[in-house]
Amino acid sequence: MSFRQVLVPIAAIVIFGLFWEFLVWVNDWPNFVMASPSDLPPAYARYWELFIVMGWQTLWRTVVGLILAIIFGVLLGMVMGFSKLMRDALYPLLVGFNAIPKATLVPIIALLFVGQHNFNTVMIAFLISFFPIAVSVSIGLSTLEPEYRDILRSLGASKTTIFWKIALPKTLPEFFGALKVAVTLAFIGTNLMEIVSPHGRGLGALFDSGKTNSDYPLMFAVLIALALMGILLYYVVVALEKTFAGWAERSPSY
Amino acid sequence: MSDNLIDIKNVRHAYQTKNGRLPVLDGLELSVPEGGFAAVVGPSGCGKSTLTRLIAGLMKPDEGEVWLHGELVKGPKSTVGMAFQNPVLLEWRTILQNVMLPLEIVPTKLTKRQQEERARSLLALVGLEGFEEKRPSELSGGMRQRASLCRSIVHKPEVLILDEPFGALDAFTREDLWQTMHKVKSEEPFTGVLITHDLRESIFLADQVVVLSGRPAKTQYVMDVHLTGARDIEHLYTPESAEALNILRHQIQVAQGRATEEAVE
Repeated sequence: MSFRQVLVPIAAIVIFGLFWEFLVWVNDWPNFVMASPSDLPPAYARYWELFIVMGWQTLWRTVVGLILAIIFGVLLGMVMGFSKLMRDALYPLLVGFNAIPKATLVPIIALLFVGQHNFNTVMIAFLISFFPIAVSVSIGLSTLEPEYRDILRSLGASKTTIFWKIALPKTLPEFFGALKVAVTLAFIGTNLMEIVSPHGRGLGALFDSGKTNSDYPLMFAVLIALALMGILLYYVVVALEKTFAGWAERSPSY
Repeated sequence: MSDNLIDIKNVRHAYQTKNGRLPVLDGLELSVPEGGFAAVVGPSGCGKSTLTRLIAGLMKPDEGEVWLHGELVKGPKSTVGMAFQNPVLLEWRTILQNVMLPLEIVPTKLTKRQQEERARSLLALVGLEGFEEKRPSELSGGMRQRASLCRSIVHKPEVLILDEPFGALDAFTREDLWQTMHKVKSEEPFTGVLITHDLRESIFLADQVVVLSGRPAKTQYVMDVHLTGARDIEHLYTPESAEALNILRHQIQVAQGRATEEAVE
């Protein structure tokens, strides 16, 4: 990474923070309307233990939900990618399911598995994020040019060999594109559960307690912490993409 | 058994479509002796690609037989090499790794080192020395097609099937690749079937040109090419070549239904 690649985003964040501070100051907004960036450090200093404990709860449940979404999404995508029948059968079902606002699923899941808060949170994170993965994998597999298959089939390669040598690597760029979307979706899922059905766990619950106690700087501090975690996971995905699908990136000289 | 390496006997085939059966091949005959190189020409959509899939064993004909080396073709065989108009190189592999792909599937006695040496020498033969570690996206269309050609012969196939491999290239690059083909054929002898739309290409590369009729295709005309062995582009501008091209052009018009058989000579 070059100096510029680090400096430019940091400068953008600093300018954004200054603008936010300026906006609050010039409008003379009190804290219960809009907290300013300068209110955040005191909030973090006061509740840092809670941020670490609850931030970790949010993070691991999001990641577990995401891993489940990857496993299930890839399998579903494979089934739909390889079989036209399954594609025709499952697409309407999948689109219908995805159209349901996931907030409405929170009470249903919470009632289904009463008290299983960790499980429920992981479940919502999973349910909200598997869709883009399944769709992208199925499209990647179903649009594989027949010549690619013929090259290997004419040599007597098995279906499994064709999958590992061609279909899977060829789908990776689409898969990582979808994973970037899924990462942020999974965070939304985790926090939905934590805010709508709080069990005193996760940053969502901390946000909820900030609301109950009219501690507005705390609420904003939670939002910023969530944003930071989102950025962190996103760049983990970007690093994985560079490692496994870096070949898809064209050098700009062509 | 005849001593032909490829023998296609009275093959008929039809595809099932929404509007019923669509016959594509109807009485196709093709024989290529060992070391021979046949070019197949014909109007668009006359079933030439179906023919390549039949020889490769990727599909079975409704009727008729396809023989390779005295064996009836029943499924894909590793003794076939294929190259298409689309070079279909794997973008996540280097050129060298792409060329070595068939050796990962076909049983081979070569060690990893020997495999790599073979791939490198083929790449050098087609003029891609120094590009072994590049990715396909860094190469031009003609270079990619050269790499695809290396991949199709790296496992020393008995039969090389070329499905319009030069169709998408510009005229100059195409002529370069024709020369490369002759070079490859003298260094790495193969028995080949070339599907093409280009009559000049057919007489320049092959020693037998087979004209297919319009759909459903049958063998309409077979010409033994007057040129032998390796040749130069100048050979295409002799009176003999002009005459051969004229006859072929006329046969294509017959195949398209735009001329009648009697008008020949």
